[in-house]
Amino acid sequence: MEQLLSVLKELHPEVDFDTADGLVTSGVLTSLDIIALIAEINAAFDVEVPAEEIIPENFDSAKTIWAMVERLMDED
Amino acid sequence: MSFTSGIFLLFFAVLLVVYYLIPRRHQWKLLLLASYLFYAFAGWSAVCYLLATTVTTWLSARQIGKHYGVQAQWLAEHKGTSTREERKAYKAGIKSRARRWMLFGILFNFGMLAVVKYTDFVLGNVNGLLALFGGGQVPLPHFLLPMGISFYIFQSMGYLLDVYRAKYPAEPGLGRTALFVSFFPQLIQGPISRFDDLAPTLFAEHRWDGAAVGLGLQRMLWGYFKKMVVADRLMAVVNTLSGSPEEYQGLYVLVLMVVYAVTLYADFTGGIDITIGVAQTLGVEVTENFQRPFFSKNTAEYWRRWHITMGSWFRDYIFYPASVSKPMMRLTQWCRGKFGMGAAKRVSAYLVTMLTWFVTGIWHGASWNFIVWGLLNGVIILVSQELTPLYQRFHARFPRLGATFGYRLFQVGRTFLLMSAVRVLDCYRDVPVTFRAVGSIFTEFNPAILWDGSLLTLGASGADWVVAGCGVVLMLCVSLLSRREPLRARLALRPLALRWTLFGLLFLAIVVFGAYGVGYDANQFIYNQF
Repeated sequence: MEQLLSVLKELHPEVDFDTADGLVTSGVLTSLDIIALIAEINAAFDVEVPAEEIIPENFDSAKTIWAMVERLMDED
Repeated sequence: MSFTSGIFLLFFAVLLVVYYLIPRRHQWKLLLLASYLFYAFAGWSAVCYLLATTVTTWLSARQIGKHYGVQAQWLAEHKGTSTREERKAYKAGIKSRARRWMLFGILFNFGMLAVVKYTDFVLGNVNGLLALFGGGQVPLPHFLLPMGISFYIFQSMGYLLDVYRAKYPAEPGLGRTALFVSFFPQLIQGPISRFDDLAPTLFAEHRWDGAAVGLGLQRMLWGYFKKMVVADRLMAVVNTLSGSPEEYQGLYVLVLMVVYAVTLYADFTGGIDITIGVAQTLGVEVTENFQRPFFSKNTAEYWRRWHITMGSWFRDYIFYPASVSKPMMRLTQWCRGKFGMGAAKRVSAYLVTMLTWFVTGIWHGASWNFIVWGLLNGVIILVSQELTPLYQRFHARFPRLGATFGYRLFQVGRTFLLMSAVRVLDCYRDVPVTFRAVGSIFTEFNPAILWDGSLLTLGASGADWVVAGCGVVLMLCVSLLSRREPLRARLALRPLALRWTLFGLLFLAIVVFGAYGVGYDANQFIYNQF
């Protein structure tokens, strides 16, 4: 989770991702951010985030992103 | 069979009666029969293409579903006895076999689409190159493009990809798959529905519901009004202005931009209103395809509100998969190492954005004007994304401005004009001609055409302009009144006499003011050609 938070912080230093919610619905994370984030997640956690996982519910907060990463790691 | 033909109205009336008279378990079969009858009017060769898509989609999805079924059974049986690595290897094997079936369906159908839609375009460009070097000419085969093929192939392939992604199980029945592919109201101009959105009501049994049928008929009536009173009446102006670009320059081009935007909107949304209305009378819910797009404040928002099902198709099946593909991920990582996060998040996304818009352009038609149209949309979206920090600084400096009505109106007007300028590529169908024409707005100064009667010589009389203008004002009012909920839903709460009077007047307006073949083939919807 710490590693994920540091990547998110690098994307948007101005956002407090510990508490921020509605990242996609409120427009904090754009499609560009999400693609860069997925590249980081794939490299850092040795998973492959498939296209069908790119839905707002999975990227709306650091918690939901981490839940997706854990689920993908379990599936692998 | 066009929605505006008498034969369609007869077909629809008979279908509606029979649909609610037969045993409800047979309703979907009647819809299948009706859909094929409807499409048979486009010719038997067109039906063959539809059948080919149906059978290959059904077969591929079914095989993928079978593999996933076997996998689920194996995993259940070996839950406690297999290692993680064994399960992973087994799933990889199944995925590989499923991928082969998915690729078969995709390659067959997009291959078929490519052959019938793009062969002339590709060979025409080859001939152009050969001519440069004094070579011979390859004869063009001139395949007849089956009506709506781009729509039903995209819908079918969306379904196949969803099954491959295990979003939902494959439909086992060939008949039901055939109905999903061919459901006649949306067969020739969309919306491009998703299986999990359409199937629940498409295959359900429906009792007669007078209120729902009434709402569907009202929606159809509104669609006919937009198509026949506004779009068909203004189409003659579009044809005249785009037919002689050298003659009509300067302000004429601005008139064409605005008139074509309104015409296309009235034509396409009118067609979709009829589609959704017909489906609603049959108890079937079809996805909305528009969300008042001309009120968008920027291009990206416009594309989230115009032809929504097409945009979401390209997003879900082209943009995201290409973005997270291994080469793009590697490129992103490489850029990050070399140039930092800022560049990393741009390079792949920009490449994929342009790829997606290239495909969107060529989906609309096999010609350079559509490709340039697509790429221009991509460029505009990327430029406005890059300018976001600048906008933010501007709004930080003038915090109250963004909330004012005037500024919102400016944003809406800017987006409308920008999209209209790009869209005239559709009209001229020639890239250099379009650029010269749009450029002439800034070099030719001819405002007198607005009052010297020139606009009355473009294929529309004064009465045509007045009728179409009143239609546009009515469309604008309905759009403004439908911000929170559809106007029909609000009207449904009003007294019956008022509703009947209003819809009676709408019907009369179509009969009295509808254009019947003035200046162009009134039976054809613009989006049928895609």
